[in-house]
Amino acid sequence: MIDFSPQLVQLLSIDGERMPRADFDPWVADLDGAALLALYRDMVVVRRIDTEATALQRQGELGLWPPLLGQEAAQIGSARALRSDDFIFPSYRENAVAYCRGVNLTDIVKVWRGNAQSGWDPYTVNMATPAIIIGAQTLHAIGWALGAQRDDVDSVAITYFGDGATSQGDVNEAMVFAASFQAPVIFFCQNNQWAISEPVGVQAHRNIADRAPGFGIPSLRIDGNDVIAVMAATRIALDRARTGNGPTFIEAVTYRMGPHTTADDPTRYRDPAELAEWKTRDPLLRLHRLLTALGEITPEVEAATAVIADDAAAELRAGCIGLPDPEPLSVFDHVYTAPQATLERQRADYAGYLSSFASAEVPGER
Amino acid sequence: MTMTPVTPQAAVSTVPGLTAPDPQPLSDTKTLTLAKAINEGLRQAMLDDPKVVLLGEDIGALGGVFRVTSDLLAQFGARRVIDTPLAESAIIGTAVGLAYRGYRPVCEIQFDGFIFPGFDQIVSQVARFHYRTQGAVRMPITIRVPFGGGIGAAEHHSESPEAYFTHTSGLRVIAVSNSQDAYSLIRQAISSDDPVLYFEPKRRYHVKGEVVPELGAPMEQAAIVHSGTDVTLLAYGALVPTARDAALAADDEGISIEVIDLRSLAPVDYTVLEASVRKTGRLVVTHEASATGGLGGEIIATITERCFNFLESAPVRVTGFDVPYPPAKLESHYLPDLDRILDGVDRVMGRR
Repeated sequence: MIDFSPQLVQLLSIDGERMPRADFDPWVADLDGAALLALYRDMVVVRRIDTEATALQRQGELGLWPPLLGQEAAQIGSARALRSDDFIFPSYRENAVAYCRGVNLTDIVKVWRGNAQSGWDPYTVNMATPAIIIGAQTLHAIGWALGAQRDDVDSVAITYFGDGATSQGDVNEAMVFAASFQAPVIFFCQNNQWAISEPVGVQAHRNIADRAPGFGIPSLRIDGNDVIAVMAATRIALDRARTGNGPTFIEAVTYRMGPHTTADDPTRYRDPAELAEWKTRDPLLRLHRLLTALGEITPEVEAATAVIADDAAAELRAGCIGLPDPEPLSVFDHVYTAPQATLERQRADYAGYLSSFASAEVPGER
Repeated sequence: MTMTPVTPQAAVSTVPGLTAPDPQPLSDTKTLTLAKAINEGLRQAMLDDPKVVLLGEDIGALGGVFRVTSDLLAQFGARRVIDTPLAESAIIGTAVGLAYRGYRPVCEIQFDGFIFPGFDQIVSQVARFHYRTQGAVRMPITIRVPFGGGIGAAEHHSESPEAYFTHTSGLRVIAVSNSQDAYSLIRQAISSDDPVLYFEPKRRYHVKGEVVPELGAPMEQAAIVHSGTDVTLLAYGALVPTARDAALAADDEGISIEVIDLRSLAPVDYTVLEASVRKTGRLVVTHEASATGGLGGEIIATITERCFNFLESAPVRVTGFDVPYPPAKLESHYLPDLDRILDGVDRVMGRR
């Protein structure tokens, strides 16, 4: 019996020690040294990718980047708990989740370079592309889950959102619908303490996890920097959904160690002491300590992991810089599934206009 | 909170006391009210494609506040006729997720003025998914909206919000005016792989007309409902019968009006419209929605661009005023009627 009480669930201490808990431990009993090392490797790689993407933005290769620094455990622990037929409805910061789904690294940055409004075909990886309107994607997860329910399959929808999103109507409506229809869905809230400059206290006077029971949805409040607790909670929620027991809400308490996006400057609103405090709770640090104690981390392992991470960063950089600009007339593509008269006329007119510059520089081209 | 398994009552509930009516679809010509014609179109679409599901408030046991979905719950069950909580954004957003999974949702927005809580999901999500994903994700969603005034209703029950949606790329927008189109175009809207806003003229719901169980002309095509040579009069939805009455009245005065039922508000069928204006040289557009930023202005601008040398006079709009929809006792002053339409005709004829 899982205790859905509001206490913070922690299975891995800041010092890297396993904290036994009878109701959660069975859900992560398979996490041996090798499995934990694999999670650690994921976290190192996605942090490296994140750092590289931030650098690409600073160098003018990306227009914007939303860093996930500090949220690696929340994203890796949950994403690695999923089956390939589960479907993910993310916000715009779930780049580690996309990595776990096997999204091509260049495809992850396409949208932030401005080459396309989204980078991948959602059906190839069972993950929707980033949703920028805050909280809108939570409703899409409900609909997908109702579809799975009607298809009589046990696939689950999981939707990611932040503490700020919990103030949005869509998220609250999603919880109403999820409860009414007992939708097989997981609400995965990464409470990273900040919605741009607004601390979580502006959004919520109580723990965010406390809200869900009011909708009739059991909730778990977990240490989001503890990859073991994250995986356990996600597996519990998945099992509930697969067995017809409806939605679960997970509040993963974590911290956005970087800016909201590369356009943000957290030094204007955030006490540096807070960041320093959260650095002691770094999700990689504590797992590193556990793995060291288990004898899984050796200099060779560290070096090999660094090579994988650097290779990923190099692949990202090369892919990003190598992205060709889209063709001018592709601005008209895919608005509709079939030709639409008004738009086709505009396309023809603009094509004619462009062709009038046949031998000269095309307007709008850099 | 402890883990108590909850029976998914809403998803599988059945309605006691209700038995399925004759589930046979329309098979030959019948005289049906406009509301019943939509109902029959929905029934046929649901029979044709098991992925068609309905979502909305009160659409189940009640059959919708206008009874457009009557008996469909009994025939198809609660897995396909989904009575939702009262949240329009969630109705649309849930439809997005269902579409993601290969379903073909039909949403009922109970009244025109209730669509605005769902506006963001329509404009920011439904309309853009295909573009956003470069064609990977389709949104074959139909959003049914009873629209327009003239029924003496409370505020937010008589609006004509179509221009917000014709302004939004990625959507197709339909407004029907008669039973046959109501039947044919709801089926076409549902089978479209693009999202369709389907506007229903609520004050004509009870008007009867003949319905042949056929798809008819493509929904993008406008229809000439009364031929004429002096003035092109463009209408859609509830004002089409009014426009036809105006044409009959003008005939008596020797003015020949060509009435076009636009049917598709996005895209507009400029082929039919241009041909008519080139013939008549005069254009009157009427709609209940307010004038500024309305569809009439857009159509007149386009026709002026394309047919300038054929125009004998400046085109005229006969529309609602730029006021919030007024209280019931004032709506007769707001709504274009036969006399105001004829006044518009007089103006393009240079008779006043």
